[in-house]
Amino acid sequence: MSGVLASMIDGLLVGAVYGLAAMGLSLIWGVMDVINLTHGSMIALGMFAMYLLFGAIATNAYLLLLPVIAVGLVLGIIVYWMSVHRVVGRPMLMSLLSTFAVNMMVIGIGTAIWSTSPYNVNFSLPGITLGAYTFTGNHIAAAIAAVVIALALQWFLYHTRTGKAIRAVADNREAAELMGISTTAVLTIAFGIGIALAMTSGALVSTLFPFTILSGAVYQLKSFVVTILAGLGKPFGALIAGVLLGLLEGVVTPFIAVSWIPLIEFGLFVVVLVAFPQGIFGKRATA
Amino acid sequence: MILRRPFFYIILIIAALFVYFPLHGNNVSLREDLILVAVAVILASNLNLMIGYTGYVNFGHIVFYGLGGYVGIYLVSVRGWNLVLAALVAGVTVSLCALLFGLVILRLRGAYFALATIGILQAVQAFVSNFGPWERSTGMYLSFDAYQPLGGAMRALWITYYLIIAVMALSMILSLAIKNSKFGLGLFAIREDEDAALVLGVNATVYKAIIYSVSAFLPAVAGALMFYKNAMIDPSIAFEFMLSLEGIVMLMLGGQGAVMGAALGGGLYERLRSYLLTSPTLSNFHLVIAGGLLLLVVLFSPGGLIGWFYRLVPGGRKVIE
Repeated sequence: MSGVLASMIDGLLVGAVYGLAAMGLSLIWGVMDVINLTHGSMIALGMFAMYLLFGAIATNAYLLLLPVIAVGLVLGIIVYWMSVHRVVGRPMLMSLLSTFAVNMMVIGIGTAIWSTSPYNVNFSLPGITLGAYTFTGNHIAAAIAAVVIALALQWFLYHTRTGKAIRAVADNREAAELMGISTTAVLTIAFGIGIALAMTSGALVSTLFPFTILSGAVYQLKSFVVTILAGLGKPFGALIAGVLLGLLEGVVTPFIAVSWIPLIEFGLFVVVLVAFPQGIFGKRATA
Repeated sequence: MILRRPFFYIILIIAALFVYFPLHGNNVSLREDLILVAVAVILASNLNLMIGYTGYVNFGHIVFYGLGGYVGIYLVSVRGWNLVLAALVAGVTVSLCALLFGLVILRLRGAYFALATIGILQAVQAFVSNFGPWERSTGMYLSFDAYQPLGGAMRALWITYYLIIAVMALSMILSLAIKNSKFGLGLFAIREDEDAALVLGVNATVYKAIIYSVSAFLPAVAGALMFYKNAMIDPSIAFEFMLSLEGIVMLMLGGQGAVMGAALGGGLYERLRSYLLTSPTLSNFHLVIAGGLLLLVVLFSPGGLIGWFYRLVPGGRKVIE
């Protein structure tokens, strides 16, 4: 029984990282009605950014999150102007396909550089031992980092001018524009933050598990499940929903084979979507 | 009536050319090239029924092809069925599965549906990888004897080729027939505005479930034939996500919504891909090029090649549908 408890606590810690990834997806979805299908590949890029940085500067891996965030912001702005700007406000099909196209390009380039073999970041912090179980330091540190970043984002969205502008645009783009908010600038920043969150969560995952360039897809599915669970436009809700998903995984992993987990997560995704049609997606109905 | 449409005869001519050229001079390497083109056309045409006609993106279209292959190989190798019968049963089984999935996930609108189709693909792949009778993740192999009923491997490969060409022609005819039917009009209405369509008496839920199931049938038959020809199947080949996505690239490149657009995009993209994959410098970058193409089409020419043709030739829409 205590084995399950240990597995649950571990799931809880990893879940905070899922939540951080989902915050990026949820922010972009909520602000500009774009489902960002580059999400998975950006998570994978975050993993490799951490791998390269840690290879270059062998310091505490969690300090390296700061440059990863900066890279993510810049990359996000580039991707926004490349693929999203022209399709914001057009049918969702178009933004799905255009972000998807970028995803294919990133995965293609990544595969050419790193192939699809697994990599890992060789860094570990001392763990905490409770009875027969040890919680690795990396899991604890990653969870703390995720929560700190989530709180920082929450503070940014509610207490700074830019953050308030982002929320205003998410509420009603036309009204925000009439109030003198430059929506283009706000959308660009929001997209940059979304990608930075995706890359940061990828960097955190890289300190926990081995990864390949294709690993992002797994976390993309988890991000969708978490975003749907939390409802759109509620970044902090995404963190909590992420922790819940991690907890759920922690409860089931001792009992079933890991290869069934995508099936369970997908089932959860459909059940939530079908059982709460539109109601839990936040204020706006689907197009 | 569909027989009055000039495009119907164009489809027949295309199929006849596909049969004539490899047969003339017994050109096996041309046949192998054309069979891949035909499969691309089949996948793009049937995907067009969802994306182009109904406006619902299906990211997991390849699931039908892979499941069809699995059912087909299982029936031929384990049960010893005849190929044609096995392929038809594979088609029917997969269509029924699709109807079942469809009734659940088609309650989702627009983008949520698109996300659920990614989930369907991953869920089916996870299921098949754990499914005992289909040999889990090792996959199934056909023994050489499986080709005996068709008169040996050499004849069997030619017969499969003709069957695939027939499925390709049927895919295009099906697209044409739906386009010119009342059912097709209902689908177009859903694509333009689902709420308005509902108000005007289009039973959107039933229409969507039917078209989702119909779009599964011919890809599943093609899957059964192709995997019979390749004599092996495993979950990573059968449910290759990239192929599913490339189907979308094909469709957007050729022009969604038009029968010829899907076929043209399928054929051209498949040739391009073969060229890239065999070129030593570009083989690593075929995804990058495919993604770049898709991005350019979506941003600058949403009508694809066929849309460009329609603008160039004003009456073209009546002949090349």
